Amino acid sequence: MTQRRDWAPLLQAAPLALVLLLFFVFPLVATAVVSLWNYTEYSLVPDVTSRNYAEMFEGCGNLSDGLCTTFRTYISTLRLCGLVWLCTLVLGFTVSYFLAFHVRSDTVRMALFLVCTAPFLTSNVIRMISWLPLLGREGLVNQALVGSGVVDAPQDWLLFSDFSVVLAFVHLYTLFVVVPVFNSMMRIDRRLLEAAQDAGASGWQTLWHVVVPLTKPGLVIGSIFVIVLVMGDFVTIGVMGGQQIASIGKIIQVQMSYLQFPAAAAQAVVLLGLVLLVIAAMTKLIDIRREL
Amino acid sequence: MTKRFGGSVAVDALELKIPAGTYCCLLGPSGCGKTTSLRMLAGHERQSSGDILLDNHEVSGLPPAQRGTAMMFQSYALFPHLSCLDNVAFSLRMRGVAKAERHAKARRMLALVELEALADRLPAQLSGGQQQRVALARALVTNPSALLLDEPLSALDPFLRGRVRAELKRFQRELGITFVHVTHSQDEALALADLVVLMRDGRIEQQGTPLEVFDSPRTAFAARFMGGHNVIGLPGGLVAVRTDRTRLLPVAEGAVAATIRGIEYTGTGFAVALAGPRGEEWQALLSEAALRAQPWEAGQDAGLGWDEVDVRHLAAAA
Repeated sequence: MTQRRDWAPLLQAAPLALVLLLFFVFPLVATAVVSLWNYTEYSLVPDVTSRNYAEMFEGCGNLSDGLCTTFRTYISTLRLCGLVWLCTLVLGFTVSYFLAFHVRSDTVRMALFLVCTAPFLTSNVIRMISWLPLLGREGLVNQALVGSGVVDAPQDWLLFSDFSVVLAFVHLYTLFVVVPVFNSMMRIDRRLLEAAQDAGASGWQTLWHVVVPLTKPGLVIGSIFVIVLVMGDFVTIGVMGGQQIASIGKIIQVQMSYLQFPAAAAQAVVLLGLVLLVIAAMTKLIDIRREL
Repeated sequence: MTKRFGGSVAVDALELKIPAGTYCCLLGPSGCGKTTSLRMLAGHERQSSGDILLDNHEVSGLPPAQRGTAMMFQSYALFPHLSCLDNVAFSLRMRGVAKAERHAKARRMLALVELEALADRLPAQLSGGQQQRVALARALVTNPSALLLDEPLSALDPFLRGRVRAELKRFQRELGITFVHVTHSQDEALALADLVVLMRDGRIEQQGTPLEVFDSPRTAFAARFMGGHNVIGLPGGLVAVRTDRTRLLPVAEGAVAATIRGIEYTGTGFAVALAGPRGEEWQALLSEAALRAQPWEAGQDAGLGWDEVDVRHLAAAA
């Protein structure tokens, strides 16, 4: 009897533990181990070498020749990530605010919320690719702009540019901000808004001093989603950037295609470390466990 | 003033004058329009017609903060992310008062409610009674000329309720400002108010001092809601007689007959539950001496008697 009681919780936890071990811990450890291996053009050599890390940061110590490739790529990736983060945060907050505070009826709120999630019924890639005929040189937007006489010639910056990449990311990931922020907002006691009004707060003051602080957990969770997704992406940046924009994900993908697995693994480990640092900094700001 | 929500009238042509410095209780069952009336006073609800004057100024069009009223919300609505001090200083901060000045003033308010030591705590770290006092300090920090309290005691346990009730009354007396207090508890209203306003279905049923409203109910509703009365149908119309003035007599001598349902010892006397001939529920509060002089038992028939001065004739139901 005592025996059974001791084993039961372990047995219950076992399936999830096995899945996590097999599909999360093992690949992670394997990546870390492989990042220390050596390689030639045609083979992987089990080893403990710092070669992959050294090559990654080769020439990075010498700033007089300009930044090394790795640093420039990181800056480019972080810049894109920052832009996407800003846009999704502002847009996600606005949409959530509208849903949570302006829509009075619960039925309408749920209906609008479902409308927000509807695009997720199609695949990521399809949603991304469907921008191409809209934004291209002969695309719908350019035709409309030229046709209406707003511009003389088709605009090139619409596609295969930072603009199109950020647009696609915002389109793909805003919902990941909307959901947690909306959840945070729905927990705000409506009387707090009246109390703020009673204390003489204007609409903006109420927003800044009451709604935003109480929405912080949602904002942090949404930010983590967006940053993690954008930092590791190579498909969206590839497709929407016309394979012209550098990103860490892209570097890893290229190295993999040349079978330089140890180099790719080293890149992945550094990227993982950086993203974990960002998340750690964010969770310092707010205790997200309270929210979950 | 009148308030309509869609087709239904929540507050119907309410006309009420509250003298300055009065502790006024809006009393009534739920749904009688007392909270709506308070929210209209506060400016969180806009009246459909009519005016609100405060200190002889028309305030109906003004936002809450410019009315000179402050509201203390049911369950307090303290900002959970701000410390007590910042909660109290919030309205000063909204007005752009410098940090040192607003904190000094907020500290004085917290000292007034004896919570200075807990200034840096978050609301979640306080007990119900302490939260209530923070809410009070927050409402008073702007020096309002009227404080509006929405069921301020309903979130407290019964033991605290009595203590906080006494504190509220003390604050009102010391500050000399008008309190308008919404409640559904007649005990609270009787204990606190200078002016009791009994509401029913969006109208004022009766208003007056606690003594007037309790001792001389004008209608059967008032008598029943305030409690402590037997509403008795006599050939001349409905009358109310206080339960402690109702006597039990032999059937032949009583004005009406009733059956004793049960007798409960209350410590200070006995409560005799009675059933009237048409199923009315009555009660007579007897002293120990009275019951000893004339013992009664459950199941007996008795007559109800009273002195003529204790009879209150009730207006026919509206």
